[in-house]
Amino acid sequence: MKTAKQPILPKWFYQLASPKWCYQITGMLLPLFASLAIALLITGFVWALLFAPQDYQQGNSFRIIYIHVPSAILAQSIYITMALSGAIGIIWKIKVADMVAYTCAPIGASMAFLALITGAVWGKPTWGSWWVWDARLTSMLILLFLYFGVMALYSAMEKPETAARSTAILSLVGLVNIPIIKYSVDWWNTLHQPATFTLTEKPAMPIEMWLPLLVMVVGFYCFFATAMIMRLRNEILTREKRTAWVKKLVTEIDR
Amino acid sequence: MQFESLVAFFEMGGHGLYVWLSFSIAVVVIGFNLIQPWLNQKKIFIALNKKYQHENRSQ
Repeated sequence: MKTAKQPILPKWFYQLASPKWCYQITGMLLPLFASLAIALLITGFVWALLFAPQDYQQGNSFRIIYIHVPSAILAQSIYITMALSGAIGIIWKIKVADMVAYTCAPIGASMAFLALITGAVWGKPTWGSWWVWDARLTSMLILLFLYFGVMALYSAMEKPETAARSTAILSLVGLVNIPIIKYSVDWWNTLHQPATFTLTEKPAMPIEMWLPLLVMVVGFYCFFATAMIMRLRNEILTREKRTAWVKKLVTEIDR
Repeated sequence: MQFESLVAFFEMGGHGLYVWLSFSIAVVVIGFNLIQPWLNQKKIFIALNKKYQHENRSQ
């Protein structure tokens, strides 16, 4: 009988899977993402507040879109990242993938929170209500609760291996919510406007409006990379504290 | 520039409260996400150093 063949993956995949390598590579990537995030977010904030034109119907409250849309996009992307890296952690038994999933949860939760709160603040002057129980808002609230569930499950389990396994399964099950969020504005009647950016169509807004939004979205992604890498490196140090390389690193730096 | 005066910039045509509230919450959330792991890293380095020193002494 033949033994099951291991799937062949590129070399960098195995290198990233080693906590030591991952720590070194992310150490090089961190300044890149951090400077990109700072530059893009400052540009985006100034552009959104001072230079982007106001909406002819919504006036200046339209500017909230520059926070609301990037955080909503990020909340969903982070969720997908969390679920997929959790799955990779289960399938290939990669510790680093488990750690990525773990570090994604609080950042994703804060982005879902930001999307919901800016949505409420935007809804008040636009719809006349802070909150309506429609499909888009409700599915987004479920996303926030899924993040909370994942975080609670992590803190309830003592062993990181069992915690990684059960949270990965929970986040994979919750993945079904992502297409629901995406298509909620098409499937159900809603006050919420349809997607601002789609990959296939030209944006419905003029370039003076969507270009700063694009800057913000890319800036938010770089921010996520920065925050995630910082948390990941802390997590690697904590979980690998018994290894010789962490000991060497810590004692050398803090001399 | 979309605004003629500083007052107009703060008032945002009557929507100042909503716009500034959203943008300040965004700054707080983003800032927290960056400062928290940064402080945590310092804590980890201090704690690990203590642990290793302790181990060295007890050996």
